[in-house]
Amino acid sequence: MQFKFFGIGMLKGLAVTILHIFRRPSTSQYPEQRLNISRRSRGNELIWDREKCTGCATCAKACPQGVIEIVTSTDMADNKYKVETYRVDTGYCIMCGLCVEACPYDALYLGYSFEKAKYRRGEFVQTNDELKESPQRPASGYFHPDIAKKLPKQTLLIEKATEKRK
Amino acid sequence: MTTTQEISLQTEPFVLNMGPLHPSTHGVYRMRVTLDGEVVLDIEPMFGYLHRGIEKLMEERTYTGCIPLTDRLDYASAMGNNLAYCVAVEKLAKIRVPERGEYIRVITAEMIRIANHCLAVGSMLNDAGALGTPFFYLWNEREKLYDLFEMLCGQRVLHNYIRIGGVSQDLPDEFLPALEKFVPQLHKFINEFEFFLKQNEILIARAQGVGVLPKDVALNCGISGPLARASGIKRDLRKDDPYSVYDRFEFDIPTAENGDCYDRYRVRMEEMKQSLHIIDQAIKKVPGGPFRAKVPQIIRPPAGEAYGHIEGPKGELGFYLVSDNSIAPYRCHIRSTSFINLTALRQMVKGWKIADLIVIFGSIDITMGEVDR
Repeated sequence: MQFKFFGIGMLKGLAVTILHIFRRPSTSQYPEQRLNISRRSRGNELIWDREKCTGCATCAKACPQGVIEIVTSTDMADNKYKVETYRVDTGYCIMCGLCVEACPYDALYLGYSFEKAKYRRGEFVQTNDELKESPQRPASGYFHPDIAKKLPKQTLLIEKATEKRK
Repeated sequence: MTTTQEISLQTEPFVLNMGPLHPSTHGVYRMRVTLDGEVVLDIEPMFGYLHRGIEKLMEERTYTGCIPLTDRLDYASAMGNNLAYCVAVEKLAKIRVPERGEYIRVITAEMIRIANHCLAVGSMLNDAGALGTPFFYLWNEREKLYDLFEMLCGQRVLHNYIRIGGVSQDLPDEFLPALEKFVPQLHKFINEFEFFLKQNEILIARAQGVGVLPKDVALNCGISGPLARASGIKRDLRKDDPYSVYDRFEFDIPTAENGDCYDRYRVRMEEMKQSLHIIDQAIKKVPGGPFRAKVPQIIRPPAGEAYGHIEGPKGELGFYLVSDNSIAPYRCHIRSTSFINLTALRQMVKGWKIADLIVIFGSIDITMGEVDR
């Protein structure tokens, strides 16, 4: 390889890296500084609304992993199924959101929060009332545009990057 | 007459195991390299360490339920895999996608091409010895795209966004303004990056003329994508067999002549510019209306077979599906780009040093998830 002036290209490269010193960092210090995640975030847990659920088991059919287990009672009071057990093994859940998409009664939601590490494998299996919505388990706006409107706006790196050039 | 000194100078071939857990094999790829000193005489590829049986798993899931599995093929470009699979199923079940759905597909497919090339170029430069700096500049741009993907479909890497007959959800209100901001910013970045590396002596010494893939070998191996275009084969399914609404956009197919590692890097950078050009046109033309055709949750395509292919970020990605009129595919075969592009590695590395083997391997741009399936 023959170069006329060896090092010109490298000096050009170094000029770019030096310019980068004066730019604002695009990283953030995670545990202290938190960015807003997407409104449609497919977060860590599944939220099940007992009132809306009719026990049709469409979610269980749509689930590609087969982690939703639903048991309905056989005696039908006023022509409705009574859901006995609704069990989800969230350890096997891949957060694809197909169950939420399939539910015709809007009884299922994906979670908005993350950071849900657990100590025991058995704690991932959640049944009935453990799947309720609560302040610790907020619902995400995935396939629920009305909930998405209420959630905070997502922080975007592109907005941060174009803002500083002004 | 041979002296004792000449006998002692003779060399013997030596077998070296590279991988499966080598930092520059981009996953769990193992090669048995036969070396003469430092010169590579032959390599024997060994893979299957990441085999998950995706083709077989698809046979027991519904057509919609297979889409999350396709995310896990090539996890650096999940959106492209979703698109390829959905194009194949739509061909099989004869479903027409609404206009808005097609435009959203084109935008996301080009976005993932840029994100994939950011990773491909970055890791190739990383292998060539530019440890960190260019990689993280590119990674920063990729991060911006992944923010947009997160806004669109809720997850950053495993998108699971494209559905049979359209896309899963409509674009959020703040998506197109953010993308409009991104396009000029990335143009600026690419110009800066070219200035940063175009004349870099170390990169030229490491990559120019290294690992040449001749045109005839590339054709015989069935190579596609940037790898083939760097060898002078002007072939792009977006032009040759337009699958979505690609025939409505103006763009060039960047090609190069030499087919070495440096040309592959150049072709990828040019392709990023062309992708931006397509996104720019698509943003202005996104029509209103439905984004998804009315398709039932569980479809039963008529018995038959279909092959749907797209120009993925790495090359031609195809899904061959056979239906027996049941809810799950009878057979699914994936023409995975990485696997077929990897077959040219042996011809490329013969005669080069072991340090060049790393650069050549990095320039092919493979993902082990797609090779082993």
